[in-house]
Amino acid sequence: MTAAPGTLLIEAARRAGIEIPAFCYYPGLSLQAACRMCLVEIEKAPKLQTACTVPVSEGMVVRTNTPKVHDARRSMLEFLLTNHPLDCPVCDKGGECELQDMVFRYGASFSRFREEKRHTDEEKWSPVVYYDGPRCILCYRCVRVCNEGMDVSALAIVNRGGRTLIGPNAGGHLDCEQCGMCIDICPVGALTSGSYRHQARPWELHYVPTICTHCGDGCKTTLSVRNNRVLRGNNRDQSGINGEFLCIKGRYAFDFLHHPERLTQPLVRQEGKLVPATWAQALRAVAARFRQLLEQGSAFGIIGSNHAGNETAYLLQKFARAGLRTNNIDHHRTADYAALIAALARSGVRPADRLAGSRDLLTARAVLLIGNNPTEQHPLLAWNMRTNVRLNKGRLYVVNHRAIKLERQATATLRIEEGRAGALLDFLAGQTTAGQPPALQPWNEFRDRLRAESDLLVVFGDEIKGDGIARLVAFGNTLGGVTRYIALGDYNNSRGASDMGLLPGSLPGYAPVEDAVVRARFEAEWNVTLPPGPGLALDEMIAAAGDGRLGALYVVGANPLKRYNLNAGSSFLVVQDMFLTETARQADVVLPAAAVYEVNGTVTNTCGELQRIRQALGTNGPRADLEIIGLIAKETGISLGPVGSEEVFDEIRRLVNGYNVAMAGLAAGEAVPTAPADGRDASLGRPDLVHSSGDTLFTSGTLGQYSDMLEAVRRH
Amino acid sequence: MRFSAQLEARFERFLARYPQRRSALIPMLLYAQDEVGWLSPEVIAEIAGRLDLSVVEVESVISYYSMLRRRPAGKYHIQVCTNISCMLREAEPLFEHAREKLGIEPGEITEDGLFSLEEVECLGACSWAPAVQVNYDFHHEMTPEKLGALVDRLREKRP
Amino acid sequence: MAHPLEVRIISRRFGLPNSASIDTFLAHQGYEALRKALKMTPEAIIEEMKKSALRGRGGAGFPAGLKWGFVPRQSPRPRYVVCNADEGEPGTCKDRPLMEYDPHQLIEGILIAGLAVDSHQGFIYIRGEYRYLIDIMDRAIEEARGRGFLGKNILGSGFDFELATHTGAGSYECGEESALLESLEGKRGVPRIRPPFPAVAGLYQCPTVLNNVETYAAVPAIILNGGDWYHKLGTPKNGGTRLFALSGHVSRPGVYELPLGMPLRQMIYEVGGGIRGGRQLKAVIPGGSSTPVLTPEHLDVPMDFDSVAKAGSFLGSGGVIVMDEDTCMVKVALRLTEFYQHESCGWCLPCREGTLWLRKLLARFHAGAGVNADIGRAGELAENMLGHTFCPLGDAAAMPVISIVKQFRHEFEQHLNGRCPFEAKGARA
Repeated sequence: MTAAPGTLLIEAARRAGIEIPAFCYYPGLSLQAACRMCLVEIEKAPKLQTACTVPVSEGMVVRTNTPKVHDARRSMLEFLLTNHPLDCPVCDKGGECELQDMVFRYGASFSRFREEKRHTDEEKWSPVVYYDGPRCILCYRCVRVCNEGMDVSALAIVNRGGRTLIGPNAGGHLDCEQCGMCIDICPVGALTSGSYRHQARPWELHYVPTICTHCGDGCKTTLSVRNNRVLRGNNRDQSGINGEFLCIKGRYAFDFLHHPERLTQPLVRQEGKLVPATWAQALRAVAARFRQLLEQGSAFGIIGSNHAGNETAYLLQKFARAGLRTNNIDHHRTADYAALIAALARSGVRPADRLAGSRDLLTARAVLLIGNNPTEQHPLLAWNMRTNVRLNKGRLYVVNHRAIKLERQATATLRIEEGRAGALLDFLAGQTTAGQPPALQPWNEFRDRLRAESDLLVVFGDEIKGDGIARLVAFGNTLGGVTRYIALGDYNNSRGASDMGLLPGSLPGYAPVEDAVVRARFEAEWNVTLPPGPGLALDEMIAAAGDGRLGALYVVGANPLKRYNLNAGSSFLVVQDMFLTETARQADVVLPAAAVYEVNGTVTNTCGELQRIRQALGTNGPRADLEIIGLIAKETGISLGPVGSEEVFDEIRRLVNGYNVAMAGLAAGEAVPTAPADGRDASLGRPDLVHSSGDTLFTSGTLGQYSDMLEAVRRH
Repeated sequence: MRFSAQLEARFERFLARYPQRRSALIPMLLYAQDEVGWLSPEVIAEIAGRLDLSVVEVESVISYYSMLRRRPAGKYHIQVCTNISCMLREAEPLFEHAREKLGIEPGEITEDGLFSLEEVECLGACSWAPAVQVNYDFHHEMTPEKLGALVDRLREKRP
Repeated sequence: MAHPLEVRIISRRFGLPNSASIDTFLAHQGYEALRKALKMTPEAIIEEMKKSALRGRGGAGFPAGLKWGFVPRQSPRPRYVVCNADEGEPGTCKDRPLMEYDPHQLIEGILIAGLAVDSHQGFIYIRGEYRYLIDIMDRAIEEARGRGFLGKNILGSGFDFELATHTGAGSYECGEESALLESLEGKRGVPRIRPPFPAVAGLYQCPTVLNNVETYAAVPAIILNGGDWYHKLGTPKNGGTRLFALSGHVSRPGVYELPLGMPLRQMIYEVGGGIRGGRQLKAVIPGGSSTPVLTPEHLDVPMDFDSVAKAGSFLGSGGVIVMDEDTCMVKVALRLTEFYQHESCGWCLPCREGTLWLRKLLARFHAGAGVNADIGRAGELAENMLGHTFCPLGDAAAMPVISIVKQFRHEFEQHLNGRCPFEAKGARA
């Protein structure tokens, strides 16, 4: 057989369909040669050799299936089992344990070990990580993924010889990012998950692959469900854009689903108090008031969600525009996607060609990161940037007003004062090199280094918005090759909310509402006349509600009154949410909504990659946002056409710039890049509203408050 | 924390000696242990800080080396080699004698804090077996009598 | 006192008054080899080393000249010379007198190695227990620096070389060259994946020459008197003399410098004065605890690398451990296994678990709780480690046990009636 020079024997064999067993070998991590499972016969070598360390060479003759090799494997497994507890029926890993599988395939049917096993007590290292020393086979995968993959180095090898164990960094505890990568990578039941351990057998579980509902990176998390409860999240089959990666939120922060404060029935305000009501009563109350206000010609305001799927966002703006006849619609904007698409289009390129995908960060020759702190806010993208530097010799340039962890991987770092990003962009785009004051010397050097790069991938946070993005693109156009961009937005469907037109000036796909030709296209589809001018933005709606200029404020999956610390005044406030948030507490009607993990649909991550979300649980009481919007419309007497998620998605594909994607990949669970073809006319009002929440690894907006696991880790 | 001026000077020599600072770790640990008596959490944190290492990295190293101790020892740490060459020349009865004489088990410290006892691996004194090391001092061709006299002598040296 | 059969080359200054001082050294040809080497090309030095057939004195016996020749002198990275003074192989105590009585000879040997590979920095890694030797070496280094043999522009030649000691802290495994380098870098003494070998990527991933104390100590005499002269002191392909450490049940244990190829019988009965108390010889470990045992039938084996290998063992570190008729070979196997288990770094599975299992089995067996099947099992466990481990420690642990089970099976069987027959006889061990 043939393989590229430098390919390790174990990989070459795998590609040829020959399994060479191994525990310590793990693609992408440093080589160990410690477990000795991959010993093979190589012609002319006097001893068996480890296939995980020997690269292939011309004319090499290797035997993987000889009695000598089998004996070696069998004896390695026998050694492993001398101290490993043989209690698979009660081990948390039973049924998905690599050691169990290896013994089944290569091991002896009985053990000759008659001596006493050594014992150490199980240790709780954090709310999410437990360690059981005797089960540990010392493959060091956990140590390596933490050091090399995460750049956290919270785990170390302690003691030596037969007393060797893995130890945590903070005196018996873990002070780390709590990502749980160590648990997922553990081939045996040595590292177990605080939320899942001893809850179920893996073969009893129903596995539902969906997209994490927290940050904007769009990791696939496979939810393990039993008895209508989610017991764990992971990505064991590595099928998502995130490969093997998940952070604490994707892995553990699903527990809000089962939070005791979860709303299960509608609430209607009576005599100043929110009291439980039936769905019929609540919907009637909403519809009656909406009808009345429509007849009075009162203004409506609609605030949408960063979490709910594209279908919900799309239908909500359709309901607002076609049904309630208003462009007063917005959401908490966390990245200025509109400005990026517009700036690219106006600079004469097709935006789709310049918007990078999340995996492009793994292969980019050079990445420029301006602002944000991806380690906390975009853990997958941070992982990709680190991996690119570590394995692919990519270069990372970091600009920030504060120290961020990714600087450790940076080829060059430029610290700027807060609020100076715009000035820096002017400098970068400008031609001036001489006569700068000495303080600008670092700027000069940094610009020189960037100019020496080509095919730069620029990743930026909310520090750059509005006109700043136009300047960034202008700079990008001065560089060689194809400069590509990723704008960093906060939540799982922040990009989708924006793309779907939860914006006062934009119809879906950044189609400007003021453009009669554009409007005409949607009017024809929706069979209505659309309001022509831009509506009120988020803060304007809140202010208008407060001083009685809005008849009603309809909030779907958002908590704006907390952010603006305002009240809804005399407006009729309808809130659709999972919890009685600060906003919901002021509502006249509260409608219990299903979570992202309880519905089907699609979401778009911050890179514009479209992925399917799948319903993992049935709900008893709450209803899907999409369904609720449909019911309100129906009760109000407004026709929105078909409101099933698939029908709405068909409409999205047909009408939204960039969303006419091939269905096959999406149906297969892949991430499909959206491809906005244009956007030069996008409405760019109010970039001042673009503001990241600055979530950390252990917070997730309002939703994060209802995750006990995140709360426990914050306290740990 | 600060160490004695002499030790600080030694640390400076170590830090100047190596192209990479981390190389000074094990020497610093061992000499700090000699001065402090053991590698207390304070000592570990101090040395970790000076070398820009995390505490767990330092602990990982300490737990590898048998001379590095994470608990105190006696003023005189009596180490009896019982490896093959010493064993062939009656090191085991010698070790038993040390236990009786000191009235402690390996790993323990006598009540007066003077002595601790350890059975150690080959000290490199095979041709002069059996060997005992008290702190860093070698004692060759030991017998129970000679060991007893040595212990008595050390006890009397007490101020 | 020197034994008449000794050929004292590297130990020739032992016993001189103040033998460790630089003045004594200089009065006895000290640093003359360096002066000569400073006028030689690196190629010529290496050629002389190759001619000498000096094989590494640490244990593996790799030809030193070849090793030096592997170092890429043109590398843009600095090259290092490292001396392995982590003497820890049970039965071995030869590096101690070399450093204690003649530290400058070692410094001179290291300097010449530095010249040969164009290195400017050396380190002597000395096991932590040898603190007094670290002090001696540090003093000698200061003396040498004071007289212009170390530092900048040595003897006006333009050659710069710095040398420093480095202390270990208790780990046999650090005697393995790549583990030693890890330890010297301030890490756990776990060996590295090889290749690359230290000659190419050693200390700080730079090209590194790494030899044992005794190997470097032999260099000045080789340079002064020529490789051919040195080679002829020993047997073909086994140049020179070696410090043999006789220990165990010989009448006159000690460290003796003897020509390679001296028959084992002569070594034990003439140099060592025979078996203590006139007892019969039962077994000999010829090259430190890692080597398979020989028995009286091997007494005529010439003690050089190749002959001992032909007899089924290894010359190793030259630690000759002699055991008389009252020695319990099960106890010997147990004690050696305890040692290797204690020193196993734990990195790779078969050594970590194999030594532990074997220790438990042999302890139980020696205590009289063994069954017949345990005897074969002990050998099989050792066989399962042999050749399967990450570094040679696993083989070192396995080989003595395999050889003892094979050659002394009857002694194991004698333990099956519930107690150790030798302890019953009141024997020593």
